[in-house]
Amino acid sequence: MSTLSIINVKKRYGPVEVLKGINIDVEDGEFLILVGPSGCGKSTLLNMIAGLDTISSGEIAIGGRVVNDLSPKDRDIAMVFQSYALYPNMTVRNNISFGLKIRKIPKDQQEETVNRVAKLLQIEALLDRMPSQLSGGQRQRVAMGRALARDPALFLFDEPLSNLDAKLRVEMRAEIKLLHERLDATIVYVTHDQIEAMTLGDRIAVMKGGEVHQLASPQQVYDDPADLFVAGFIGSPPMNLIRASVASKEGKIGVDLHDGGETFFLAAPDAVQSGLSAWNGREVIVGIRPEQITDDMARGPERTDRVKRNVKVDVVHPTGPDTLVLIQLNDTPVTCRVHPETRVRSGDTADLMFDLSKLVFFDPDKETRIR
Amino acid sequence: MADTYQTQTAGSQWLGRAVLYALLVVFAVYYLMPLFVMVTTSVKTLDDIRAGNLIALPQEISFAAWFKAWGTACIGVECNGLKGNFLNSVSFVVPAVLISTLVGAFNGYVLTMWRFRGSDVLFTMLLLGCFIPFQVILLPMAQTLGYLGIANSIPGLIFVHVVYGLAFTTLFFRNFYVTVPSDLTKAARIDGAGFFTIFWRIILPLSPAIIVVSVIWQFTQIWNDFLFGVVFSSGDRQPITVALNNLVNTSTGVKEYNVDMSAAIIAGLPTLFVYIVAGKYFLRGLTAGAVKG
Ligand SMILES: Nc1ncnc2c1ncn2[C@@H]1O[C@H](COP(=O)(O)OP(=O)(O)OP(=O)(O)O)[C@@H](O)[C@H]1O
Ligand SMILES: [Mg+2]
Repeated sequence: MSTLSIINVKKRYGPVEVLKGINIDVEDGEFLILVGPSGCGKSTLLNMIAGLDTISSGEIAIGGRVVNDLSPKDRDIAMVFQSYALYPNMTVRNNISFGLKIRKIPKDQQEETVNRVAKLLQIEALLDRMPSQLSGGQRQRVAMGRALARDPALFLFDEPLSNLDAKLRVEMRAEIKLLHERLDATIVYVTHDQIEAMTLGDRIAVMKGGEVHQLASPQQVYDDPADLFVAGFIGSPPMNLIRASVASKEGKIGVDLHDGGETFFLAAPDAVQSGLSAWNGREVIVGIRPEQITDDMARGPERTDRVKRNVKVDVVHPTGPDTLVLIQLNDTPVTCRVHPETRVRSGDTADLMFDLSKLVFFDPDKETRIR
Repeated sequence: MADTYQTQTAGSQWLGRAVLYALLVVFAVYYLMPLFVMVTTSVKTLDDIRAGNLIALPQEISFAAWFKAWGTACIGVECNGLKGNFLNSVSFVVPAVLISTLVGAFNGYVLTMWRFRGSDVLFTMLLLGCFIPFQVILLPMAQTLGYLGIANSIPGLIFVHVVYGLAFTTLFFRNFYVTVPSDLTKAARIDGAGFFTIFWRIILPLSPAIIVVSVIWQFTQIWNDFLFGVVFSSGDRQPITVALNNLVNTSTGVKEYNVDMSAAIIAGLPTLFVYIVAGKYFLRGLTAGAVKG
């Protein structure tokens, strides 16, 4: 049974349509990520699910019950905010139990819940402090504790980790993942962070301009982007998107590329051969991830879907685990990811291996995938 | 080289300090002088006042004038002192301050956390209320009070001051509450708190600083008001400011400066008291945001 179903939800603020018909189903126990550029409507959608604002049209159901006209408190949800939104005049204990108090849960049961949650999040020692006496990470935990205390059907997180420093963010990310697995909770989670999206989500909804561009598993979104926007948005560094002419060679369809010198041919994967043939002679955008242009270290058996080229290197950026190498293809800067021990120097040339099995192609005008 | 430089700056710093303190002392004396004259005159006997000069210390200290001003001085034909009017003032100032502060807090809460269509227009109109001079509303207010049947009464004065003060208190609270993050009310709504619960349990507990500001402001304004008092009340319902004026102007042959001074101090004491007790929170409250960290 789906815990949350959003059917053709639209939201208009005056003349501006902020959500343009959203359709999402979230399974019981699923972790759904909403990502997208700033202003694309992620928080708005979350507020609609929470009932903090009304939808203009469509339907939202939680646990099989249509909640369009229910107030937030009757929707069986809990929410964690980016600013934590702890009540500044209450101790941690009262922050966690406030919702229970309002719901007239018996005192001893409240206490039991607070203790259980505090133990789960390791904030027992903080229970009698005021929010102003806590660090950012501790506030974050308390905010999650407040949500957990209610044991709702659905958790909503709006960029909960974005105010934490990098190290703490990694820790809390791991902890949220653990909590999700332990509690089997259903979660809708808004984030800007690529890594959060990839590591936490069972599925990712990539949004832009009030529309969902793709809703799929993290690996699918990464390997098989629905359109040009998703391809460019997901991944860090992002996918290389290069304008190129479609050509055929030795009975295969592919694209012509050049690095300032002589042109070379990259054959398209078998699956898109027929789709791409309609474009023969015209320009398309070809997408290739940085890790698919890598150094010539013999790894595994020789494969036919790889092409080795000697290319001129513009800049080298060592990052630690890999080294990023910038080259030019069709006058577009292209990032490649090579092993850090490979000696590559700016201005020199290097032998790079192109993995063609995951090449993707886009219609340059409509920005859709060519399949 | 470095040494001479240091002594030089130390020297000029010392001079600067001296000038600063001298100026401060001059100003302090200038402002304290009237108070000094009032206090000393109020404890002098009439003979003493006639004999000595204005700033001379009293020959002997007598509180007779204070007791007279409080209990037996004549205002018009009645000779009961200021005590009745003092209690009058307390009896309408306290409710008026509390009501206007509470309603102002409520207005501020609604105007920031529960915006509705036209709420900004409403706020702008309320703001304009801050600039309406007292004189302008005298006639319409007199009509309104008559219509409501509370003309020339304590509830009438409370009503006038609440209405006139609301523009200010609303402004105070609204500007304070815009610094409260809206996520706070969202979280409370999800926790199940309603409109009034959020106000009482979340928002009002954040507000002591601005409540102090509002109370001091309103108390000073309403206690010191003369015009509304003189227009909208009469006889034994008059506030102390009006009574003070009448007392000083009631001539029974001899001008009793010591009684006049005592009466003036009695009329001013409550505002002085409020400033001493809560004054240090005043600036703090005006400049503070609602939520730290
Ligand atoms: N109350 C409102 N009135 C008018 N427009 C609004 C309102 N709330 C949001 N918007 C608009 O809706 C759009 C989506 O806002 P939303 O806050 O959902 O973006 P977001 O995806 O959460 O962005 P961010 O990543 O920056 O948090 C924005 O263009 C915003 O200006
Ligand atoms: Mg947002």
